[in-house]
Amino acid sequence: MTTDTQHSLDKSYIESYSKANNEPEWFTSFRLAALEKMDTLEMPKPDKTKIDRWNFTSFKQHTVENKAYDSIDALPEEVKALLDLEGEVKNLYVQLNQTPGLLTVSEKLKEQGVIFTDIFTAVKDHPELVQKYFMTEAVKVDEHKLAAFHAALVNGGAFLYVPKNIQVEEPIQAVFVHDNADAPLINHVLIVADTNSSVTYVENYLSLNVEAEGVANIIAEVIANDGANVKFGAVDTLASGITTYVNRRGYTERDARLEWSLGLMNDGDTISENITNLYGDGSIGDTKTVVAGTGKQTENFTTAVINHGKRSEGFILKHGIAKESSTIIFNGIGKIEHGASGANAQQESRALMLSERARADANPILLIDEDDVQAGHAASVGRVDPMQLYYLQSRGIPKDEAERLIIHGFLAPVVTQLPIEGVKKQLTEVIERKIR
Amino acid sequence: MAGSTLVLKDLHVSIEDKEILKGVNLEIKPGEFHAIMGPNGAGKSTLASAIMGHPAFEVTEGSVTLDGQDVLEMEVDERAQAGLFLAMQYPSEIPGVTNADFIRSSINAQRGEGNEIPLMQYIKKLDKTMEYLEMDLNMAQRYVNEGFSGGEKKRNEILQLMMLEPSIAILDEIDSGLDIDALKVVAKGINSMRSENFSCLMITHYQRLLNYITPDYVHVMMNGRIVKSGGPELAKRLEAEGYEWIKEELGIKDEAELNA
Ligand SMILES: Nc1ncnc2c1ncn2[C@@H]1O[C@H](COP(=O)(O)OP(=O)(O)OP(=O)(O)O)[C@@H](O)[C@H]1O
Ligand SMILES: [Mg+2]
Repeated sequence: MTTDTQHSLDKSYIESYSKANNEPEWFTSFRLAALEKMDTLEMPKPDKTKIDRWNFTSFKQHTVENKAYDSIDALPEEVKALLDLEGEVKNLYVQLNQTPGLLTVSEKLKEQGVIFTDIFTAVKDHPELVQKYFMTEAVKVDEHKLAAFHAALVNGGAFLYVPKNIQVEEPIQAVFVHDNADAPLINHVLIVADTNSSVTYVENYLSLNVEAEGVANIIAEVIANDGANVKFGAVDTLASGITTYVNRRGYTERDARLEWSLGLMNDGDTISENITNLYGDGSIGDTKTVVAGTGKQTENFTTAVINHGKRSEGFILKHGIAKESSTIIFNGIGKIEHGASGANAQQESRALMLSERARADANPILLIDEDDVQAGHAASVGRVDPMQLYYLQSRGIPKDEAERLIIHGFLAPVVTQLPIEGVKKQLTEVIERKIR
Repeated sequence: MAGSTLVLKDLHVSIEDKEILKGVNLEIKPGEFHAIMGPNGAGKSTLASAIMGHPAFEVTEGSVTLDGQDVLEMEVDERAQAGLFLAMQYPSEIPGVTNADFIRSSINAQRGEGNEIPLMQYIKKLDKTMEYLEMDLNMAQRYVNEGFSGGEKKRNEILQLMMLEPSIAILDEIDSGLDIDALKVVAKGINSMRSENFSCLMITHYQRLLNYITPDYVHVMMNGRIVKSGGPELAKRLEAEGYEWIKEELGIKDEAELNA
């Protein structure tokens, strides 16, 4: 779909943008190569949702300039609410639209050799790491049109590198604030956890302008090398006018462990893909996702864990509610590749429809190409269990309140996993707002 | 609270158009303990469910009143707020909701907005009651009944009973699935509630519960009716002789014969 607001996307624009952004040559070439592929590639095809009329690629302006924040005090209240301000805020990146707004990294982290910075600083200062992993191992540029679009036009993001044997104890937090509808959020987060390291990272995508219409194209890549342990938490709350494509991808080496806790609470149409490739023997991928559809939005969530490694284990848990005339689609894929003997693939997807017009669908898929494995799935789509309601009401709790409690409980698996109190509280409040 | 009187008159209850209760009459006055016994499928749980307002059961005839108020007009939560409590034969599991939050929400729903129980007071009472019932304090932070053993669920029902302090409690097979020690503890909990302000209707299959909690009245239910009432000695005779003699005495035929 093209409109008269379409920003012209051509080679010369990308060259000049890349130059103005002081990017090294390899990155400019990387963008241009992606641009070239874009036209020939197809759109992604999320199962059971037709997206050919959705706008993922047209926008008025590629970037906007914002002023950075002087200090934590200067952050918007909505952002402050996400921070645990009682303790000292140690490791935090806040981005406002495309501008790196604030970065704090503790001395300890610096001493340990941990790198945490905005993505373009990383492109310039740490090419050896970024070039190796940026859309090479986890997400590939030529997967589909939106991946190539992303690579050509990425305009924000963050980079986190944890060296060998380093255990990062404090959670690392990133907040991506969007308030300008004209410029799309084409955001890239790259996390590399080196051998036997461990880290917890939590990100928020936050709309401050609830009226904004626009486009978000988000990719997060997580590389967990041998024996690394990564916990990745996210809460997305982009506004109802934002059409989002979000792809969070993991890649685990031997005995690595990657745990996702995703609270996908956008108010707008959303295509979400979360795939974990368990390459290494004995590696573990665990995905917990909760979603809440409201209003007229359509959301499609594909979660896949692909077992390549022997004795690798994948777990998928997805819980979602659909309210009003929203539609939520859950595609859960457990795939065991040939040779992955002793692998385990388990998934559970449950959706509750809270109104007559709401639609929910759960499609569990198991693809198994190896004999000696375990696999299982449970999927259900239904309404709030009348027996649970009856039980709570029999203790004096009014029906509305009983329903509220049951839904909070149903969406609790992610809330309880988030390591930052502020983010936990925010997710609980977002759920509360959505179910009221 | 000065205790309450629950009166059932000619209660008929159906499920999916099948009549289960065929005219039950019963009056429970403040301070009284009643026991209902009867063979499987007699309609005991149906009676308990109908009083509490279980959505699947339809009252087709008769009345239930609590201190003169029409219970059948009330929503389930209003019945609880009016002082009724049902310890269920099969309590539901509520994933993601902690026992502590659930019980606090229940208490606060009953106390009403602006009159919530102070948190510290609540925690103290909860701890004390759990200790009294010899429950692991971690059960407070576990999700409601999720993964609880049969016996733990029953104990958890009594915990709620003691925390909520209703005026009339219906206990549906609170003794089933309990080991001897657990039975004693549960009985101790129920007995601790005894006062002129509290009355109780216990549904049970076994005399052994009544050894610990002596009822004032024992009723026998068969085929959807209370067919015989008496004192504690009636339960002892049932334990010793079963139900055949009542059937013979009253000329009751089995359900199968009735339907034939
Ligand atoms: N949901 C239902 N659908 C159909 N029939 C039902 C349902 N619930 C109960 N019944 C029937 O109602 C009758 C009475 O059941 P009820 O549970 O009240 O018996 P009970 O006396 O409590 O038995 P028990 O001692 O086994 O607990 C039984 O025949 C039972 O099959
Ligand atoms: Mg029963």
